[in-house]
Amino acid sequence: MKQIIVSGFGGQGVLSLGLMLSYAAMKENRNTSFLPSYGPEMRGGTANCSVVISNKEVASPVISRPDLLVAFNEPSLVRFLPALNEGGRFFVDSETAKKEVISRKDAVAVPLDKLCGNNKKGHNIAMLGVMLGFTGLKLESAEYAVQYVFKNKPQFIEANIACLHAGVDYALKAGLK
Amino acid sequence: MKQLLKGNEAVAEAAIAAGCRCFFGYPITPQNEIPEYMSWRMKEVGGHFVQAESEVSAINMVYGAGGAGARAMTSSSSPGVSLKQEGISYIAGAEVPCVIVNMMRAGPGLGGIQPSQSDYFQATKGGGHGDYRMLVYAPSSVQEAADLTYKAFFRADYYRNPVMILGDGMLGQMMEPAQIPEAVDVNSLPKKSWAAKGNNGGKQRVINSIFMNPDTLEAHNAHLTEKYEEMKKLDTMFEHYRTDDAEVVLVAYGIVARICKAAVDMLRESGIKAGLFRPITLFPFPYGEIAKLSDGAAKTFVSVELSCGQLIEDVKLGLFDSKNRPEVGIFARVGGNVMKPEDVAEYIKSGRITQSWIK
Repeated sequence: MKQIIVSGFGGQGVLSLGLMLSYAAMKENRNTSFLPSYGPEMRGGTANCSVVISNKEVASPVISRPDLLVAFNEPSLVRFLPALNEGGRFFVDSETAKKEVISRKDAVAVPLDKLCGNNKKGHNIAMLGVMLGFTGLKLESAEYAVQYVFKNKPQFIEANIACLHAGVDYALKAGLK
Repeated sequence: MKQLLKGNEAVAEAAIAAGCRCFFGYPITPQNEIPEYMSWRMKEVGGHFVQAESEVSAINMVYGAGGAGARAMTSSSSPGVSLKQEGISYIAGAEVPCVIVNMMRAGPGLGGIQPSQSDYFQATKGGGHGDYRMLVYAPSSVQEAADLTYKAFFRADYYRNPVMILGDGMLGQMMEPAQIPEAVDVNSLPKKSWAAKGNNGGKQRVINSIFMNPDTLEAHNAHLTEKYEEMKKLDTMFEHYRTDDAEVVLVAYGIVARICKAAVDMLRESGIKAGLFRPITLFPFPYGEIAKLSDGAAKTFVSVELSCGQLIEDVKLGLFDSKNRPEVGIFARVGGNVMKPEDVAEYIKSGRITQSWIK
């Protein structure tokens, strides 16, 4: 079982990254739950979601201790990093996270802007690519998830798939596990 | 085929599958996806969607459509469901089948928009005036939200009584893979001989809840009570999770029961014999099962709820005749806060079981 929290500013693709993880898991016939924060949050505000991926029935969609944490901003680290599970890993943008955070052994710092060719909208999808190896999800499932989530905006699919592959390639080259 | 669905969407599509062709609602967070979904979906299936001018209006439209024999539904969240109470009492009195969804948010008053279970009393003990009951289903997953909503329409018709789906904001907003039950053919549903829909000069049919003669009303009350007794016999639903040898039994419903399942696993790993008892129907409440557990290994019962001590009252009622006098406690988060599995496990491990939720 993998328990994942994705957190950041609204507009950074926090919820859609969580959603894509759940779609990919469902594509592989694994059990999954996607629990978004909801409320009066808007662009610039905070958003987070909890995703559970499991081969057994998902007990709680509410997570005590995430195995994987994606923190797109500093407040997310402050809030969720102390709860990171033993042996857990957290993912940050290497271009915005603080040096002392990046230097931690459990940090996975990713140069998102570089991977996405300065396409800020693709950051979450590049992160999905980097995370695949940590979740056990297959690339083709992630591709399906990207296509599904963007089915009403087909003009973005190609660029997003490119970001996904850039994330996967980066993880492979960096030997991330 | 399984789809990744929000709880709210699953409720809406399952209602369509059950033959619901009339939906009346008014917007309120966190259930807005239900009317939003119905607004386009009803058009596709040739049904009727009305965004009413208020919750009071919406429930009275349900009264009218249900009275005319249609499978009708309304949905809202706590403050909106309070506004519907007069209509629900009339519908119960007039014996009109319908389904009412409450995706609870924290109260009292306007409260907040985050998840809660604080309408437990309102749903189960008769929120409106007069003596009436509703079947109350408390789904704990998106799949169960679909299945119970589907079932609700059939049980509502069977009893000619309103049925409530009692969820919370979290269940409404979360997504899980779920399969919608196979759609019924609306035209093949049994005809309702009592429905008032105009019959060209035939025998007059009246849908009403007024009985001015006390003896007539008493007989009507007796008839209603018989229905509620039948519900207790036929419709009580519950789930046991690792309760066989459990010394500590968590009692929880809805999404909180899921949190408790994880807590039970944590407690078992640290050597504490814990289990979960989950009522699926809140009315009828499975009192008998709680009694049975107290005759067995259970020494402690802990009500885990998102309310300030509501579910615990039914747990205590279940233990009323218990010879073993088990300890009863509560663990609650309210105001829109939700406990984590670890919080529940820590509370049990602490050994300080209290009857007040305030620490």
